[in-house]
Amino acid sequence: MKPEPLLDVAELSKRYVLKPQGSPVARLVRRLKKGPEAAPRLHAVDDVSFTIGRGETVGLVGESGCGKSTLVRLVARLIDANDGSIRLAGQELTHRRARDFATTPERVKIQMVFQDAGESINPRFSAFEAIADPLKRLRGLGGDALRAKVEETATRCGLPLELLPRFSHQLSGGQRARVGIARAISVEPELLILDEPTAALDVSVQVVILQLLEKLKRELGMSYLFVSHDLNVVRLLCDRVLVMYLGKIVETGPAETVFSHPRHPYTKALIAALPDANRPASERVRLAGEIASPVDPDPNTCRFVGRCPLARAECREAMPILEANSSGHAAACHFALPGKAS
Amino acid sequence: MSGGSNSTALAHARYVIGENPVTGFAFGLFVLIVLAAILGPSLVPYDPLASNTSRALQAPSAQHWFGTDQLGRDIFSRVVVATRLDLTIAVASVALVFVLGGLSGIAAGFFGGWVERIVMRIADTIMAFPLFVLAMGIVAALGNSVTNIVIATAIVNFPLYARVARAEANIRREAGFVEAARLSGNGDMRIVLFQILPNVFPILVVQMSLTMGYAILNAAGLSFIGLGVRPPTPEWGIMVAEGAAFMVSGEWWIAFFPGVALMLAVFCFNLLGDGLRDIVDPRRRT
Amino acid sequence: MASPALLVEDLSVEFRTRGGIVKALERVNFHVAKGETIAVVGESGSGKSVTAYAVMGILDPAARVTSGRAVLGALDLLKTDRHTLAAVRGREIAMIFQNPRTALNPIRRVGDQIADVLLRHANVTPSAAPKKAVELLETVGITDPARRAKAYPFELSGGMCQRVMIAIALAANPSLLIADEPTTGLDVTTQAIIMDIIAERAKATGMATIFITHDLGLAAERADRIVVMHAGHIVEARPTRDLFAAPRHPYTAALIAATPGPTSQLSDLRTIAGGLPDLRAAELPACRYAGRCARRLEGCAAPLPRVDAAASDALACHNPLPQERAA
Repeated sequence: MKPEPLLDVAELSKRYVLKPQGSPVARLVRRLKKGPEAAPRLHAVDDVSFTIGRGETVGLVGESGCGKSTLVRLVARLIDANDGSIRLAGQELTHRRARDFATTPERVKIQMVFQDAGESINPRFSAFEAIADPLKRLRGLGGDALRAKVEETATRCGLPLELLPRFSHQLSGGQRARVGIARAISVEPELLILDEPTAALDVSVQVVILQLLEKLKRELGMSYLFVSHDLNVVRLLCDRVLVMYLGKIVETGPAETVFSHPRHPYTKALIAALPDANRPASERVRLAGEIASPVDPDPNTCRFVGRCPLARAECREAMPILEANSSGHAAACHFALPGKAS
Repeated sequence: MSGGSNSTALAHARYVIGENPVTGFAFGLFVLIVLAAILGPSLVPYDPLASNTSRALQAPSAQHWFGTDQLGRDIFSRVVVATRLDLTIAVASVALVFVLGGLSGIAAGFFGGWVERIVMRIADTIMAFPLFVLAMGIVAALGNSVTNIVIATAIVNFPLYARVARAEANIRREAGFVEAARLSGNGDMRIVLFQILPNVFPILVVQMSLTMGYAILNAAGLSFIGLGVRPPTPEWGIMVAEGAAFMVSGEWWIAFFPGVALMLAVFCFNLLGDGLRDIVDPRRRT
Repeated sequence: MASPALLVEDLSVEFRTRGGIVKALERVNFHVAKGETIAVVGESGSGKSVTAYAVMGILDPAARVTSGRAVLGALDLLKTDRHTLAAVRGREIAMIFQNPRTALNPIRRVGDQIADVLLRHANVTPSAAPKKAVELLETVGITDPARRAKAYPFELSGGMCQRVMIAIALAANPSLLIADEPTTGLDVTTQAIIMDIIAERAKATGMATIFITHDLGLAAERADRIVVMHAGHIVEARPTRDLFAAPRHPYTAALIAATPGPTSQLSDLRTIAGGLPDLRAAELPACRYAGRCARRLEGCAAPLPRVDAAASDALACHNPLPQERAA
């Protein structure tokens, strides 16, 4: 194990309480028949643990609705968890409510770049104001020092200074992405969360942004938590990956090994679904069925059971736990493949 | 920098008005109404309060453009002078409800929970009354004064503002730029004031323009039934009320001209609402 | 060569905007043969969707077709009156869109929406339509189709909605399907299934498919032939294998070099210099890629050679990359 991880997330869970199903009359009848019932809960993130080392880039992949967004918002301290701990450089962060976290000194250490840069910039703010905001609030800068720092950050992110007075709708997609990145790195965080930063961009711009992120990481010594649904992009940037399915991490390991020798059948299916002109049609693996409901799932059934080509009776009797092989490549499956021999 | 954005805003306003002549017309009318309110009393040809029974009930003529009423007062002068009072009541009540309704609605939409429940129940309670009857009741209870007309008009408009502001704030509560603002170290108060409010503001401005018309109508209505402003003060509602009795005997102009003024004012603010929405929306500025 | 299902010749489209006239498409020439799948690829703003919208006759009112024809069978779609066109859409050509949820009517059950199309275009009797709708849902791989037919669009996932859209599009057995970014925003697992369904149907009925995408990897896997667009021009069109083995237009080569594949490294990927030219300019260069091109010559200011719409290969470049030696 590495000496001390920058981020240590342990047993993190987030459940949303939903409105009970059915009409008021149906609910009353049910209540009279069966007694009081608990409101249904959506298990968005369920008992998730992982670490990120200093200078490491960890990828988070999974289908929409798997809980990626909730997980990164928990780590970014935008929302509160129900259980579990988030430690950054040994310091517990979950004691302060998310609502108050904005005004704590630790806010500076975790920043985030959003998927839709246009949406994440206030339409009434200029690019300058968007980048300046965290510097004013978190670093207390003002006047010439503020202007100098904003211009330095913009230059570092490849944003021409003459674009700074513009509003978000006057910028191109790539320029907006740069403003979003500049805002997040202006205060020099230790952990930068990247939530699908290139999903809305053309390939030619995507490459530029990915290379910019790689350069910034080297220059500022940040760690990245990189969320994407594009596995080819994750593979380019990440040292390690976490594969998430219905609120649980089902596989984790070094990026190269996870992609070349997936252990979990879900990861295998994800990789097989990537377009590949050289793969014969006969080798195409397709996941049958729909993703199961995250509302009150059976704690003793593997979440992947309805779609899994390997599922057997024991998958419905015990939830598989995340078990690592000798090379640190872990999968949560009763029938996990051995992975790459170390 | 701000100079540049001002000139583009102006160019944009010019473009919107050029594209939509109706907005231009409404804007012209608006300027006329405002001028009448500011300069009217010093421009009119006659003293609006001076009665002259020898000239009573004269039909419109070159001398008295809108004719004279039963006391021989010049109706044109009275209609123009009344603009100031009617507009003041409307502006004051709309400004009041803009602040109260807008802020409490934004707070309700942003914080949710008990804040939302209280604000929305107040709004629902107000909406449960026939609004004009409620306004009558408030003026009757608080006392017959211009201030109380302003308060009553503001109260009956409260649900409109609170609801619109709540809905708009609620949509933006989860917006990317609000999350980004949190990450930038902004607490709840700063987010409401600097992130949510500027984005809800234009929508409330449109609402303001639409309710301006209603507020004028409401004030005139209260005066019409004898609440609020009292004779002989020139006010459109009172003038219509006074003139109504003479309609049957053929002296139509006494009620007609203040009525037309009232209609044009309401019409103008409603049309202006649509135009304003186009002007204040930054996304339409390319 | 088999007779083309659709032949588009010299298609030019302009948009009137506040900033001036945008020359969105200029002399676009291509065809799609019966049973063939072509992919139209390019960055946003390249005109790939405008091409599809022009063919379908559903361009924005601010747009104007200034020249060209789009021949489907014996019919020029750009000259046809509105009623004929409405009959042809749905029966002969069908289109599916990027965002299936907004393309479906939110307050009608999906089974009814399919039945509507069957009644209008497929000569199905009102009594048989609901049953046929359920069958169609089954053919697009929806499990428990009888129950799903009674669902409203908001009750279905994005992937499910796209399958419903496909069922609607294919209800009348069209001879041409235009799929505009049909899987953008869907997960890879769903994307694979949706693309399989389209491919199977195309194979079974001999339907021609025009598949619009920004994802070069997906185009490589799914299309027989690829048409590359840049700033309203078709710059290159060739069979998929040839195109990827040896791209000849510098823009095609740059796009391929920018797309991450299953084995590429970040340092290997190449960026494309510059952006699209301003299409509102009064005088656009003959080659709209010239401003970004590393292989630009003096002679690039000369008009580009006209592309033959019926040929399977097309190249609009004065200084193309060298042809690979014949294998």
